[in-house]
Amino acid sequence: MPEILRAVGATERWLMVVIAVICLGLSLATDTFLTLVNLFDLLNYSAVNLIFAAGLLVVLIAGGIDISFAAAASVVQYLAVTILMQIGGGNWAIGLLLAGLIGFGLGAINAALIHHFRLVSIVVTIATFNLFFGLLMFFTGGVSIYALPGWLSRRIILFEHETASGWAEITLPVLVMVVMLAATWFMLRRLNFGRQLFAMGDNPEGARRLGINLGAMHYLAYGWLGLCAGIAGLMQVHYAREVVPNALYGRELEVLAAVVLGGARLGGGRGTLLGAVLGLALVSITQNGLNLLGVSPFAFRMIVGLIILIAISMSSETLRGLTEGLRRRRIREAQS
Amino acid sequence: MPEPDPQGASLLRLAHVSKRFGGVQALDDIAFDVRPGEVLCLAGENGCGKSTLIKVISGVHRPEPGAVMEWEGRDISGLTPAEARALGIQVIWQDLALFPEMSVAENIAFERNLGARPRLVNRKAMRAEAAAVLARLDVDLPLSMPVGRLSIANRQLVAIARALVAEARLVFMDEPTASLSQRETDALIAIVHRLSAQGIAVVFVSHRLKEVLEICTRVTVLRDGRLVGTYPTAGMTQARLTELMTGASFNYAPRPEARPAAPLLELRGLTRHGEYHDIDLTVAPGEIVGLTGRLGSGRTELALSLFGMTRPDAGTILWQGQPLRMRHNRDAIRMGIAYMSEDRLSLGLVQPQSIADNTVVTVLDRVLGRLGLISPARKSALVRDWLTQLRVKIGQPTDAVSTLSGGNQQRVVLAKWLATAPKLLILDSPTVGVDVGARAGIFAIVDELARQGLAILLISDEAPEVFFNADRILHMREGRLIEEFIPARSTLAELEEAVHA
Ligand SMILES: Nc1ncnc2c1ncn2[C@@H]1O[C@H](COP(=O)(O)OP(=O)(O)OP(=O)(O)O)[C@@H](O)[C@H]1O
Ligand SMILES: [Mg+2]
Repeated sequence: MPEILRAVGATERWLMVVIAVICLGLSLATDTFLTLVNLFDLLNYSAVNLIFAAGLLVVLIAGGIDISFAAAASVVQYLAVTILMQIGGGNWAIGLLLAGLIGFGLGAINAALIHHFRLVSIVVTIATFNLFFGLLMFFTGGVSIYALPGWLSRRIILFEHETASGWAEITLPVLVMVVMLAATWFMLRRLNFGRQLFAMGDNPEGARRLGINLGAMHYLAYGWLGLCAGIAGLMQVHYAREVVPNALYGRELEVLAAVVLGGARLGGGRGTLLGAVLGLALVSITQNGLNLLGVSPFAFRMIVGLIILIAISMSSETLRGLTEGLRRRRIREAQS
Repeated sequence: MPEPDPQGASLLRLAHVSKRFGGVQALDDIAFDVRPGEVLCLAGENGCGKSTLIKVISGVHRPEPGAVMEWEGRDISGLTPAEARALGIQVIWQDLALFPEMSVAENIAFERNLGARPRLVNRKAMRAEAAAVLARLDVDLPLSMPVGRLSIANRQLVAIARALVAEARLVFMDEPTASLSQRETDALIAIVHRLSAQGIAVVFVSHRLKEVLEICTRVTVLRDGRLVGTYPTAGMTQARLTELMTGASFNYAPRPEARPAAPLLELRGLTRHGEYHDIDLTVAPGEIVGLTGRLGSGRTELALSLFGMTRPDAGTILWQGQPLRMRHNRDAIRMGIAYMSEDRLSLGLVQPQSIADNTVVTVLDRVLGRLGLISPARKSALVRDWLTQLRVKIGQPTDAVSTLSGGNQQRVVLAKWLATAPKLLILDSPTVGVDVGARAGIFAIVDELARQGLAILLISDEAPEVFFNADRILHMREGRLIEEFIPARSTLAELEEAVHA
């Protein structure tokens, strides 16, 4: 096995194989999948979910769960765009800073409830999910915003290229996504705080006895997810060019499923960014492919559910079990 | 030996330390002192408060108001875990408190990742540091393997290494030898002496009294959360120490030779490649067969096959004369085989669940009432029955198992298996971490069970334990049975020599 693959976990390798097979199948079955226009659109669309996934991964590793982040992102969209319009539109840097800050604040609410009141994260975030979403619908009356700051409504295009099937573009969300993934990776792998998060998710009592500040770690994990959610929310506005209060409704479960598919353990202590990215890629590519094949979107949800079930049951443990069985049989045959 | 000098000769001095957990008075007005560079033992029965005292000193638990805690004469009450580490207090926890998903190297050198300020992770330095400590301990572990995949003995070594990696002034070792082999124990004892020579104080907790008397200069005895006293070990005997701990004394003698009966379980040429080879063995109803040998000799692997957890590659298992094939441990439980595992802290109990639920989990069908629902009355009757027979010290049966002391958790596991009314009971190191009084209690029960006709396979690496409690002893080495001893016809010294040779 090449050196670079050996450093990659079994789940990730398995996902790579499945993704390669699906891509091959789609390239043969459609003539639209393997075009620059489609692949770039897939990337632009998935950028938002990838930013969500990076944030959620941090919370899962720390041993928590959060289902309020998509609702929080909707709140951020609304607040950020409203404030930006008040100050005359601003620019992308001000926008990202604002969205990140508001998102962090909303995440900190979750952290405070979970840490100081010793509540279970799933219960807290179900509550804040309803709270965020309810407040948003109440104050907006469900009305969308179409008047956006200029940089958002025109969109920031980083790269474009004309092809036979139209313009292929890469837009700002892709760059932001790359930066957020890199930052998340850096924190989780290269910074002591990341390791403390892993430790807390792995064995909270052990972490406490080592003197790790569990309160600070909660704020870091949920705050980081809030920050990612805020930024992802703004990037979704950039993609859709409108603020619709329920545009992200239901996104949390899609992202959660993809991250778990990528090997993050519910319960904490285990998960890789590469796995989360691959899990999300698998779901997005399938969705895109079924769309191109003209399959109904309802069937899509069903098929994604099936893929997740199959992939999870074929995950690293099962594979290890299978290879172990084969190895033993070979030994037995060799000895008899 | 002179009494501790309150004018600052002590490294650590405690007075009037108490700790309550709900209705349990875990510590009651304890005075305790440690001198620089000494090796002190903390002894007492299960649940007497040893681990709780360590948690208070390391900042994990806060004592009740009124406690005096001094470090080199300086007041340190209200200490946090981080401050305790900063003073140089390191702990090898009884439950290890490791991170199972993380690599051996990262667990050992995790110290480097602590702190409230951002810092870069230096994997290379961590590996080097971990490798250096392991070399000092004279053990070889795969540095990048996740700790959760190590055997329990190797995990214990990782926990020891982690405590030695930092600049320590005082190291607490809460039953560090509980699952170590003789060789590893010797290496650890050498380390303890080396630490003490460097001026680092060690507080050692162990239920192996021989060990206690060998390595310590003073021993502090607790009973029921109260201080009995602190004594020099010079001139102290195991019997005297037992008496101080329990307030009672015990006698030991090998079991009288038994008459053979038709075997319940018979193994013929049982083999699983790489684990055990060509095992012939019988266990009859009413017989206690001891299986001893060093750690890694294949004892546990054999037990796992007898319990249907792994499948042998060759040979036959006869059960009451009939060939037995097990696909699953459910088959084993149905036949009447019970297995109390070696790694009971992680495999045997559902920690956050109640003591009562843990006890009845194996026999849920027997506590079902009408409509197939669990009958609370039957459940509490069964639980009370076993818990009193085994003298488990608990607050309420509804308390979580994780609040019990280590030794008492052990007894809950035993209760759980005895509740299945088995025909064959496999006990894998049943007294690891169990105090002298309770050991006697557990073996009295085992003896009683044998009298009632149970066949018992007793696995242990403590020679005296099998010698005084088994009818026959099989000695296993490198996956093979190499000899048989009948205690009534040989001596403990012979057995010890054979095992440690
Ligand atoms: N967190 C807790 N909540 C409630 N009770 C507790 C808690 N921790 C310890 N106890 C109780 O305090 C008493 C002392 O426990 P401790 O663990 O200190 O005993 P120990 O001397 O270490 O015993 P062992 O030798 O079995 O490890 C026990 O009765 C135990 O059940
Ligand atoms: Mg203890």
